[in-house]
Amino acid sequence: MKRKKLDIAILGTGNIGTDLLIKVMRSEFLQCSLFVGRNLQSKGMSKAINLGVTVSDQSIDILKENPDLYDLVFDATSAMQHFRHAKVFKELGKTVIDLTPAKVGILCVPSVNLAECLKEKNINTITCGGQASIPLAYALGTVHPDIDYIEVVSAIASKSAGPGTRVNLDEYIETTEKGIQMFSKCKKSKVMLILNPADPCIDMQTTIQATIKDPDMKSIIQAVNKMVATIQRYVPGYKLIVPPTFEGNRVIMTVRIKGLGDYLPSYAGNLDIINCAAITIAEEYSKIFTLTKSEK
Amino acid sequence: MRKKIYIHDVSLRDGSHAISHKLDKAQIIAYCQAAEAAGVPSVEVGHGNGLGASSIQIGLSRLEDVEMLSIARENLIKTKLAIHVMPGFATINKDLKRAFDIGVDLVREACHCTEADITERHIAFARERGKEVIGALMMTHMASKEILLEEALKMQSYGAEGVVLYDSAGAYLPHDVNEKISFLVANLNIPVGFHAHNNLGMAIANSLTAVESGARIIDGAIRGFGAGAGNAQLEVLVAVLQKMEYETGISLYKILDAAELAQDKILEEIPSIKNLSIISGLSGVFSGFAKHVSRLAKEYELDPRDIFIELGKRKVVAGQEDLIVEVAIDLKKINSTNNSKANG
Repeated sequence: MKRKKLDIAILGTGNIGTDLLIKVMRSEFLQCSLFVGRNLQSKGMSKAINLGVTVSDQSIDILKENPDLYDLVFDATSAMQHFRHAKVFKELGKTVIDLTPAKVGILCVPSVNLAECLKEKNINTITCGGQASIPLAYALGTVHPDIDYIEVVSAIASKSAGPGTRVNLDEYIETTEKGIQMFSKCKKSKVMLILNPADPCIDMQTTIQATIKDPDMKSIIQAVNKMVATIQRYVPGYKLIVPPTFEGNRVIMTVRIKGLGDYLPSYAGNLDIINCAAITIAEEYSKIFTLTKSEK
Repeated sequence: MRKKIYIHDVSLRDGSHAISHKLDKAQIIAYCQAAEAAGVPSVEVGHGNGLGASSIQIGLSRLEDVEMLSIARENLIKTKLAIHVMPGFATINKDLKRAFDIGVDLVREACHCTEADITERHIAFARERGKEVIGALMMTHMASKEILLEEALKMQSYGAEGVVLYDSAGAYLPHDVNEKISFLVANLNIPVGFHAHNNLGMAIANSLTAVESGARIIDGAIRGFGAGAGNAQLEVLVAVLQKMEYETGISLYKILDAAELAQDKILEEIPSIKNLSIISGLSGVFSGFAKHVSRLAKEYELDPRDIFIELGKRKVVAGQEDLIVEVAIDLKKINSTNNSKANG
């Protein structure tokens, strides 16, 4: 018997939303029943229309009025808008995967806490830099549970940062810092983001530095390599380019993330990693969802 | 009537790069008092990359931002207390609010020269809190005058009360300054400024060209105390502008005294144009990278000039210090393969 795909609505038709659409259309577990924004003329909207997807420019209202059309929604708008949207989805009883840094719901890094997140109705994918760095910070924390300080700096291509990302820079920093601390149990964290305008565009790159007294490098390298392999299962372009290195009084490592090149070209690894995380969450959710449905 | 030029003193911010961000309390007190006495209009204080930038990546400050600003605040009366703020490092909640509570007067809201839209929220917030806000476009040698105007217009629309072009890599020649500054002056409603670096020995000449092209805000640092080869030397600027009959409001004798004091108490060495500064100016790489490059070149036994040229090829911008490690490792690999080939 052919398994029924989970109906997904995508709210937000910017870079993130449009890239998600392409990934959903490729998924064997998901299908997009509604692609929703505010402007039928936008680039993302045109792309969706060309792909034959049902679209609407009625934003959150269309989702409010037609709850039967979808089982799960991706919110790819902005943090400020998600605060409003979250209330609507809660009333409707819909599960939402929130791709803004609003951190209303549980913070989810699929390689670390996927199972726990699937029990929740509002799942937050943190930030692109968070998806790149938190699993490694978590791996460090499993070896050294009492790290004083972890610092994360990501550089992304200017062209990959749409208006949503730009207006959310402060939230990006604060949400990623919270995630690093929560998952690694470190005492203090600092996060920085650089938009690099170089042409040709640079690939997303994230460096993690941790102040650790007498680091157990052998165990760190082992834990990091294991984590990298786990992430590569859902983010194929994730690569460790500077392995954990003890230099000065810090452990430093760098990853580079090449995207799948679905909507934006492959330099936009930032877009890809957060969307790959969201898709993974949705696909796992679809397995549970259809299960509970068939039990009824 | 003599034309007024506003001199903005970046010594205690850009100079932080030159002493690995290790400004201490006594230094801040002494310099703020000297600048106040000389009638300097504004003094910028903080980590080299500005508010919220103290980090392993760029360098840890000796004092926290709030400590530096509180000390400076207590020692400035008429001279404005200024900060340099880059979105991506500092946030409104973590950093700006606290700085404003301490009593900062003037904010330089800075970004790479093509990214002005990331400053919108910070500029709006600072204006709401009644602060004077000047937009700062950095690494401006990398963009055309048309693009710079577009970005400056955005800052103007967000509420910036002036826009300053930064020659962060010290890569400009006077004709570049003239071309870009006069174009902005002709097309903006707010004052335009210039921030020079001396990598190619052009800091004073470029600052004068900026003034003659219509700039009304000029950045300087005492004894040139700034990243890499340093900034336009403040006391020289004051002297030359006086000779050219511009009004700066700064007392020449007292700014010379401040220079003497800074040399004794703050500077580890007087900035000079070292070979690496020349190479960084030529390759268009941010001057603040120099110390990191030298350190890693020693550690990996590489020629620091090769590192700079490779960084230039990769078009690095401030904040990407981690890339130096990567470049060093890559160059080391290339070197060792070349060696093994030669041996084989």
